[in-house]
Amino acid sequence: MAFKIIASQCTQCGACEFECPSGAIKFKGETYVIDPKKCTECEGTFETQQCASVCPVSKTCVPA
Amino acid sequence: MSAPMISLQGLSGTTVFDQSPARAKSGGCASSSCGSSAKPHEMDSAVWEKIKDHPCFSEEAHHYFARMHVAVAPACNIQCNYCNRKYDCANESRPGIVSERLTPDQALRKVIGVANEVPQLSVLGIAGPGDACYDWKNTKATFQRVAKEIGDIKLCISTNGLALPDRVAELAEMNVDHVTITINMVDPRIGAKIYPWIFYGNRRYTGVEAATILHERQMSGLEMLTARGILTKINSVMIPGVNDEHLIEVNKWVKERGAFLHNVMPLISDPAHGTHYGLSGQRGPKAMELKALQDRLEGGAKLMRHCRQCRADAVGLLGEDRGQEFTLDRLPDKVTYDASKRETYRAVVARERGDRLAAKSEALGMVKTAGSGKSLLVAVATKGGGRINEHFGHAKEFQVYEASPKGISFVGHRKVEQYCLGGRAEDKSLDGVISTLEGVDIVLCARIGNCPEDRLKEGGIRATEAYGYDYIETAIGALYAAEFGSEPLAATA
Repeated sequence: MAFKIIASQCTQCGACEFECPSGAIKFKGETYVIDPKKCTECEGTFETQQCASVCPVSKTCVPA
Repeated sequence: MSAPMISLQGLSGTTVFDQSPARAKSGGCASSSCGSSAKPHEMDSAVWEKIKDHPCFSEEAHHYFARMHVAVAPACNIQCNYCNRKYDCANESRPGIVSERLTPDQALRKVIGVANEVPQLSVLGIAGPGDACYDWKNTKATFQRVAKEIGDIKLCISTNGLALPDRVAELAEMNVDHVTITINMVDPRIGAKIYPWIFYGNRRYTGVEAATILHERQMSGLEMLTARGILTKINSVMIPGVNDEHLIEVNKWVKERGAFLHNVMPLISDPAHGTHYGLSGQRGPKAMELKALQDRLEGGAKLMRHCRQCRADAVGLLGEDRGQEFTLDRLPDKVTYDASKRETYRAVVARERGDRLAAKSEALGMVKTAGSGKSLLVAVATKGGGRINEHFGHAKEFQVYEASPKGISFVGHRKVEQYCLGGRAEDKSLDGVISTLEGVDIVLCARIGNCPEDRLKEGGIRATEAYGYDYIETAIGALYAAEFGSEPLAATA
């Protein structure tokens, strides 16, 4: 399982990138992208998905 | 003392001081007797040294010095109801808004580019569009790079305070001696109405719990800064019906914890900006409501009255934004810092400001000896240097001063739509200017045409160019004495 970022809503603030414990988020082209192979949904590390918790726009960082 | 003004004309890119030197008059008293009053009283000299070139921390300095912000810190750890992170428009000027985000390397290029062209530059700030303490890696890298190239530039940051306690030690190490914290409440129940959530300790908090954490972190951050001798300015957004009365309490709390300056700013809540407050119909305060609250706060933490709520990428003197002249695509790929313009400018300002402060103290004496209990609200058209040096029709804002038995004080600015555009005068905008100047007794400017002067008079506002190119305080002192004083001006000299 992984999360994804809805590019059209993303403000490119980058908070998700530095909160991600798995290094799964990178800036590519015009937006931030979550690598589904690396994303663990923060399971075993944090109670909540860090990217979704810090994202300033609702329904932008969501389950893929 | 008009001689040093001339040398500034050669400084390209300067927007201040371009008045005709032949007409420039000093406030007199330049030679001997009032030298000691050249420094604002009631302030210790270490503090004065820190603020004297900072346009935001010193009302006096804002006539001479410029700031620039670099938008290197887009990430934020809280959500505020007056902020919408999706809104990003080059034509809109308000706090937190930027038209381009920069990496620390790009920021360095931009700072050098601006320092080479804008001699008034004294301060580099990082104020978002997110939070400078939360997006710390970018903030720190930018400061380190810039400080290495331009050793004398003052560094400052603006923060919501949540991550601040973690950064105080590093801020002190990097010689950041000005920090602005936005504090809108000390009662978390009120905070819960302003902040929908915070992200702290790897999770999102909401409601009173979130506001409690934020409040505790803000207070501890402020105390830590005070303990280190770092000057703090507190920004508070005045939200009518939510925290307007409460800000009196906030003012007390921050004063007790050593805040240097308190800046109460009006909420901006245009529905077009898409913020929660904009969409829910929460109104901002009117200019007179803001002034009334600021007047009630007098006697608490010192108030800032000259804030222009600038963009997070503004460049220039307060009240002007030259950010669009210095976008990345307009900067050379390789820039080398050239200190000459800034050094020349500083030397001129050092002489000029001493003269102005002397003039100011003389003007204060003039007002006091006029012996009247009355007060006078004066709007001034200026483009810097502390002089009346802007044409009425070119003014984009008027600086408003109040002269009363207590002295001459700056009470705020009023933005207007420029009346003359490209040589043509717009009647409609004149109506707007007149309504914006409501309550003002007299307008002082470098030049004004007969037509607008008559129209203003019909609206109950006098205007005169009689004090053109004088120091602001000198003119107001003379005006006050002429209005209310029994003694002729010469008697006070």
